[in-house]
Amino acid sequence: MTAVLDDVLARWEPVVGMETHVELGTASKMFCGCSTTFGAEPNTQTCPVCLGLPGSLPVANEAAIRYTILIGLALNCRIAEWCRFARKNYFYPDMPKNFQISQYDEPLCSDGWIEVGGERIGIERVHLEEDTGKSLHVGGSTGRIHGADYSLVDYNRAGIPLVEIVTRPDIHSAEVARAYVTELRDILRTLGVSDVKMEEGSLRCDVNVSLRPRGEQAFGTRAEVKNVNSLRSVERAVRHEVGRQAARLEAGERIVQETRHFHENSGTTTEGRSKEEAQDYRYFPEPDLVPIAPSREWVESLRASLPELPSARRARLVAELGLPDADVATMSRAGVLDLVLATVAAGASAAEARNWWLGDLQARANAAGVPAGDLGVTPEHVARVAALVSSGDLSSTLAKEVFAGVIETGQGPDEVIAARGLRQVSDEGALAAAVDEAIAANPDIAQKVRDGKVAAAGALVGAVMKAMRGQANAATVNRLILERLGG
Amino acid sequence: MAITRAEVEHLARLSRLALSDEELDRMASQLDVILGAVERVGEVAAGDIPPTSHSVPLTNVFRPDEARPSLAPEAALSGAPASEQGRFRVPRILDEE
Amino acid sequence: MTDLTRLSAADLASLVASGEASAVEVAQAHLDRIAAVDDKLHAFLHVDAEGALAAAAAVDGARMTGETLSPLAGVPLALKDVFCTEGVPTTCGSKILEGWRPPYDATVTRRLKDAGVVILGKTNMDEFAMGSSTENSAYGPTRNPWDLDRVPGGSGGGSSAAVASYMAPLGIGTDTGGSIRQPAAVTGTVGAKPTYGGVSRYGLIAFSSSLDQGGPCARTVLDAALLHSVIGGHDPLDSTSIDQPVPPVVEAARQADVSGMRIGVVKEFSGEGYQPGVEARFREAVAVLEGLGATVVEVSCPHFVYALPTYYLIAPSECSSNLARFDAMRYGLRVGDDGTRSVEEVMALTRAAGFGPEVKRRIILGSYALSSGYYDAYYGQAQKVRTLITRDFDRAFEDVDVLVSVTTPTTAFRIGERTDDPLAMYLADLCTIPSDLSGGAAMSVPCGLSPDDGLPVGLQVMAPAMRDDLMYRVAAAYEAASGGPWEAPSL
Repeated sequence: MTAVLDDVLARWEPVVGMETHVELGTASKMFCGCSTTFGAEPNTQTCPVCLGLPGSLPVANEAAIRYTILIGLALNCRIAEWCRFARKNYFYPDMPKNFQISQYDEPLCSDGWIEVGGERIGIERVHLEEDTGKSLHVGGSTGRIHGADYSLVDYNRAGIPLVEIVTRPDIHSAEVARAYVTELRDILRTLGVSDVKMEEGSLRCDVNVSLRPRGEQAFGTRAEVKNVNSLRSVERAVRHEVGRQAARLEAGERIVQETRHFHENSGTTTEGRSKEEAQDYRYFPEPDLVPIAPSREWVESLRASLPELPSARRARLVAELGLPDADVATMSRAGVLDLVLATVAAGASAAEARNWWLGDLQARANAAGVPAGDLGVTPEHVARVAALVSSGDLSSTLAKEVFAGVIETGQGPDEVIAARGLRQVSDEGALAAAVDEAIAANPDIAQKVRDGKVAAAGALVGAVMKAMRGQANAATVNRLILERLGG
Repeated sequence: MAITRAEVEHLARLSRLALSDEELDRMASQLDVILGAVERVGEVAAGDIPPTSHSVPLTNVFRPDEARPSLAPEAALSGAPASEQGRFRVPRILDEE
Repeated sequence: MTDLTRLSAADLASLVASGEASAVEVAQAHLDRIAAVDDKLHAFLHVDAEGALAAAAAVDGARMTGETLSPLAGVPLALKDVFCTEGVPTTCGSKILEGWRPPYDATVTRRLKDAGVVILGKTNMDEFAMGSSTENSAYGPTRNPWDLDRVPGGSGGGSSAAVASYMAPLGIGTDTGGSIRQPAAVTGTVGAKPTYGGVSRYGLIAFSSSLDQGGPCARTVLDAALLHSVIGGHDPLDSTSIDQPVPPVVEAARQADVSGMRIGVVKEFSGEGYQPGVEARFREAVAVLEGLGATVVEVSCPHFVYALPTYYLIAPSECSSNLARFDAMRYGLRVGDDGTRSVEEVMALTRAAGFGPEVKRRIILGSYALSSGYYDAYYGQAQKVRTLITRDFDRAFEDVDVLVSVTTPTTAFRIGERTDDPLAMYLADLCTIPSDLSGGAAMSVPCGLSPDDGLPVGLQVMAPAMRDDLMYRVAAAYEAASGGPWEAPSL
């Protein structure tokens, strides 16, 4: 498959644009006071407004507007000085008013960009709208929409603020598409505006894919793949579409502009509604909501409040820590960047901090199914242990035991070392007796060493370590043995 | 600009109105007359005039982000023509939007 | 014994406050009147006797415990069926909402209840407030108390007929193109459209969101002002609600003085299509105002002649979207759900069965005006002309305090006379529409009977936005000097 795809990519250039929907993490819905908590009993978070009952009216949530502006600023967008909500009119049972309050030709944020792996991807617009309810399809065999006898609708999700982020068609590979969503997710998480849980649907992607012959400037006809809801799926969906479209084009067929559905299980897409018969949404300015006119003071104060964004942070850390780009990216993805920084601040070297947090501690966190930060090991603990290792007071093996002890008991490293007697013995006087005993007890091996088989000394070191319950400094022991046996 | 019966039929479908042939005929001829009258707005030279979508001079009317009590689920479902498992029961849906 | 149904709201409120009459007696007298005459008029779609008597008893209880009563406590009221009332049927004059009992109160409903106003029931209206005669109600027309063969105007014909026939001293209407003022004019009552944003629209079932405005119906200007004060004022549940105090309308109605005011007569609203008797009464009313010390000048508002076509693009466009929610899914009628039909078919069958012809016409017209390809020529252009109409007002109000015109070009027409001719029907709102488009305040006050048919004529007073007090001042001054009231014939 990969080979086939490489072959296709030699002839065709994929052109990909992303539309990402993000549910904002506000306490209440976009236009009413209903709670947004995920997983509540059906229709328990509804009111006249989000049920679209006759007579009800929307009032915009200030936090949702603010979050959208923050997203726009983080994506280097221009923030509109004046804009309106618009009604998007179409009938669908999960949409209580049969129109969606959205934004049309006056998005709150526009003309931005985001840098992904050294490439700049244009952001066309960021706008605010309301989410729809959710349907459960009953009857038929599959529980899917087709063949169902009827559906059951829960409007708890209806009216949750939804931000739509639309890129320009600047993405040219499945990998960059995935990297874009990853970066976007990290930005949104850093901003604290959404929990960005793809598995709970709080971040959903539509992927527009078209192909053009390499070297061509004009765009081909695109297909829009809907509801691609994991990072891996984004990559798979683009790959599949590239393969599918190339096959069609090379067979002399044309691409139909249409909506396609992505199937997680097979990694394939199937056709949906054809865009040629697309709805006329009859957008018009929402008369029930007055215009939004964010003052420049407000926008600037929000800009000033932006946290350090992932890309800037990575660049700074690469410089400050002196670690390679890839390491910093890995630490960022693993969510241990803050811990590493704090560990360095507590006195460890960057390499030590990275090795512990990405190595042993990450493995323990994975095994326990908790974030590394929740293990009970603090950056100060790590810095202390690292200092003991570098002074020779702990071996790396002993250090791991110290961390195990810290996690088990909640005590600090020094308490654990004292309680369990884990300190490494490097004092030659203290080791000499054990070395002599080991030589005496293993004359055959000792003779081999004397005969020049230096590697055999390892067995004697092992015997000393065993006798000293692992606390001997192995390097010192090795040297003492060789001195005595003239190796 | 005359409105055709086919356009009326398309608009009726768009508006989810199952109109009979007779209704479509009558509607087409009535709308043609009404459109003839309302087209007069086109006589006004208004090229550079800003449109009015709201007559109140208000902007930035926001609500603080505070969760408020919702309706009791029985009240939410009280008007439903059909419900099941605390949800609104609706006829089968043909296609996803 | 005084006939309680003949008293003004102000008088009833003081009787109740002083204990000379109980609120229950007052409510019962009006319920009896409804029982006696509403068979002939059909002003009410639903009479809530139980609720009314309970609300009245609560007012009486509050009085006896020494609580200070609000200025309209214990006064009965007829509420247009476009406002949501918790647990009480709300149909909007449509089959599609037959039997629906909202789980919540409109803000207007809430404020009436909080003020101790006794809601007698819900009044008839053109379906979804689309019409000028109440003939578009799915539940049959309301008749005009002045002549049972004539319409009471619309869309709020039910509230105005109820007030004119003494079934209630107060009513609530909504005005989108004239639905408060035009019925007031043709039933010989007072009707005021407050400044857009002056009365909350929360719980008012939307016809055209940028135009709809609730307001008072009464038999006197002071009563209308008192009611305006109760229902008006900022509501955080309505984003278009103006965050300012209600203009001093009650003081203005009591002041009733026009000396020194400048009053503009709208030049464009006379001539062809205007009933001679209506114009005659209007000219007399202008002379009365002049006699009271006002300076009267003629004012031209050249774009007002485009108000009607502008309105018939904007209102249907908004309504096509507002009425999309009536789809048989969450409330109201459901037709054709036999287990095999798709959701799309059930929606279309329900809407076809549940909406009347005028509503369907406007939905189609509005969908057309908003369609891509037509938007700029229709909806977009109408919004621009709307700006020009507002500018006509602005320019006029630089020179005059208020504008006056006839409220409606003719007196009440006969039932059935215009039902087959939508354009003729639309003409009834010719003079009332401009204030809806600009958002300014306007009201109709009775100005005698037309000499050609003996039916009531209305004088329209239009004021700038948030200067509702000015129109009450003029209307009250005219009312005091006019030689009225003109009472509807006893039924």
